[in-house]
Amino acid sequence: MAKIKSFEELKKIKEKVQSNVELREKGENIDKLVQVKVAMATCGIASGAREVMNFIIDDLAKQGIKNVVVTQTGCMGYCYAEPTIEVTMPNSEPVVYGNVTIDRAKEVIEKHIKNGELIDGIIPVTHKTIE
Amino acid sequence: MSNYKMHILVCGGTGCKSANSDKIVDNLNEQLKINNMDQEVKVLKTGCFGFCEKGPVVKIEPDNTFYVQVQPEDAEEIVKEHIVKGRKVERLLYEDPETEEKVSNSKHMDFYKKQMRIALRNCGFIDPSNIEEYIARDGYHALGKVLTEMTPKEVINVVKESGLRGRGGGGFPTGLKWEFASRYEADQKYVVCNADEGDPGAFMDRSILEGDPHSIVEAMSICGYSIGATKGKVYIRAEYPLAIKRLQKAIDDAREAGLLGTDIMGTGFEFDIELTYGAGAFVCGEETALIHSMEGLRGEPTTKPPFPAESGYWGKPTNVNNVETFANIPVIILKGANWFNKIGTEKSKGTKVFALAGKINNVGLIEVPMGTTLREVIYDIGGGIKNGKKFKAVQTGGPSGGCLTEKDLDTPIDFDNLIAKGSMMGSGGMIVMDEDNCMPAVAKFYLEFTEEESCGKCTPCRIGTKRLAELLELITTGKGTMEHLDELKRLSRVIKDTALCGLGQTAPNPVLSTLDIFWDEYVAHVKDKTCPAGNCKKLLKYYIQEDKCIGCTACSRVCPANAISGTVKHPHTIDQEKCIKCGACMDKCKFGAIIKK
Ligand SMILES: Cc1cc2nc3c(=O)[nH]c(=O)nc-3n(C[C@H](O)[C@H](O)[C@H](O)COP(=O)(O)O)c2cc1C
Ligand code: SF4
Ligand code: SF4
Ligand code: SF4
Ligand code: FES
Ligand code: FES
Repeated sequence: MAKIKSFEELKKIKEKVQSNVELREKGENIDKLVQVKVAMATCGIASGAREVMNFIIDDLAKQGIKNVVVTQTGCMGYCYAEPTIEVTMPNSEPVVYGNVTIDRAKEVIEKHIKNGELIDGIIPVTHKTIE
Repeated sequence: MSNYKMHILVCGGTGCKSANSDKIVDNLNEQLKINNMDQEVKVLKTGCFGFCEKGPVVKIEPDNTFYVQVQPEDAEEIVKEHIVKGRKVERLLYEDPETEEKVSNSKHMDFYKKQMRIALRNCGFIDPSNIEEYIARDGYHALGKVLTEMTPKEVINVVKESGLRGRGGGGFPTGLKWEFASRYEADQKYVVCNADEGDPGAFMDRSILEGDPHSIVEAMSICGYSIGATKGKVYIRAEYPLAIKRLQKAIDDAREAGLLGTDIMGTGFEFDIELTYGAGAFVCGEETALIHSMEGLRGEPTTKPPFPAESGYWGKPTNVNNVETFANIPVIILKGANWFNKIGTEKSKGTKVFALAGKINNVGLIEVPMGTTLREVIYDIGGGIKNGKKFKAVQTGGPSGGCLTEKDLDTPIDFDNLIAKGSMMGSGGMIVMDEDNCMPAVAKFYLEFTEEESCGKCTPCRIGTKRLAELLELITTGKGTMEHLDELKRLSRVIKDTALCGLGQTAPNPVLSTLDIFWDEYVAHVKDKTCPAGNCKKLLKYYIQEDKCIGCTACSRVCPANAISGTVKHPHTIDQEKCIKCGACMDKCKFGAIIKK
């Protein structure tokens, strides 16, 4: 590393490298954050779950939304409605959306994650979250 | 901005490393490449997670999944299942021993629930060999802050107000110590980090150095600024190769980044650190002996005063602090004295790291707020006693400490409470004992340790600890008398009062504490010649239970002393006179007919 010539410079480096540990810091506080789980079983991946997941991660980063953790999860059992994502606001029950296209993912971020509004496409069964 | 969407943290602490965690890292990287995920997932080698009992530990973020006892072969399944498909590998999750349920999120594990990590904040979280990771966690910001915004006096005041006390065993207020060192004028002053860590069962300092070495570099620099020292020395056991390697790398990297050396962060402040290796003599952890050892002399203590603050390394004002003490400093500077002194008890602020060992389910490294009770530590965090046995005592404070029992379990742990109960905090070793542990034997273990480690400079310690160990040997082998017990007490008092340094002064503590609490057990050894815990070999007797013995003769055939007699299909008996207590018969009997007591 090049010589750090002032405290200001150190602070700037921190800004730059902050993202190295951000993922982990989020993981440590996962219970206090919005969790988005993308179903990544074979059927999910086949119907585009990976693209949806990447879109969500990138879009959140672009918008600077920091209180969301996006992870992948296994089969949720809704193969007919893939890709599916599960959104859990802190201290609330999880909600599952089916047939999540990029457009619907965008809507989930804009309405559900940012404003807490539920939108169309919820799979309304007594859904149990999967560890 | 990095593109990584997941991090896999693999424990690189001494424990997990010796269980092949390096290979896990290699295999994970290989599997990620095969699956084309190496640009999305980053593998990091961290310091100890504390959960060493169930190591090697692998943690996956951001979903906070905690895998235990991971083998190198498991890398494939972790990548294929968890990373590619997002399905947790059930069999590698930790299973709660009580509910028998798998717990995936480490936050929900009893082991972590009651912990609070200040000194260990970065252990198991960052890659200790990467300075950027430390900086990302506000590393060197406390140093930047003191150099640009605070006078040395202000720094000392913050440390004083925080209420931080030395974690090396004595519990002396750290701010006060710094103040003393700052008052003496000299052309050269020194900051010494005591990384000798000699207590049996203790490994907190090692883990901090391995898992977060930069925090020590930063804290020593802050100390140097506040007392007016430009040179730092770390006195570290040569038996800690990994800690040495990581610390040396941290020092080199910090120097290269201009965070150590001359004109630090352009402020004109100068400070540098060197390592000095100790040969692993317990007494060299004592400040004055440590300083002599660093000067190349015999590691013998001298009387205090003068204290090192006045005349230490090469006769210059020197401030000596323990590793864990230093690890608290950067956080205190950044978060403030008030934040810190709200944690803990009235007179012991902050947290304490303990190395849990012995007959406990979760052996490992933990950090809890002062004031947590022993019960919480042993049962909630430690998961209780192994194999469903009964709790008997917990030894705290290492060779200088004593035992605490059932009646002390609800005592909030802090410096003063433990002393009031006849033990002490020490550096944080905590050895849990169950019904099978014999207390005179425990005392003997510690006395043999101090006898071995005594530097021999003064008679009470050199001869005294030897005599104490001999008396305990007599007692545990059935040759003791009631007079020996009196002698044990008297000699202990004399050593305590007359030894020159802390080693000798505290050496009798394990004896006094166990004599006091387990008097009956000592008496049983000398009067009845029995060991109630069934531990002392010489005092055990093997018996054949008549109702269980079917007369198979297997035992009599293996007995090397021809002590077993009996005829086929009839119960056998053991001749106690002939029996040499080898235990061979008991191992052989398929019917559980032989017992020892
Ligand atoms: C026999 C003996 C052994 C000691 N061993 C250690 C040790 O291994 N590590 C340590 O930090 N302090 C040890 N101490 C305590 C140190 O002498 C000293 O008090 C401590 O390093 C001061 O730092 P602190 O105020 O940060 O605790 C020992 C003391 C005695 C009497
Ligand atoms: S008390 Fe023991 S260790 Fe200390 S100076 Fe005397 S002989 Fe050496
Ligand atoms: S081995 Fe067991 S069962 Fe067989 S004779 Fe000996 S005590 Fe009896
Ligand atoms: S303990 Fe050993 S010596 Fe004693 S009876 Fe059994 S086999 Fe024989
Ligand atoms: S060494 Fe790996 S958890 Fe402690
Ligand atoms: S020496 Fe152990 S109980 Fe006897």
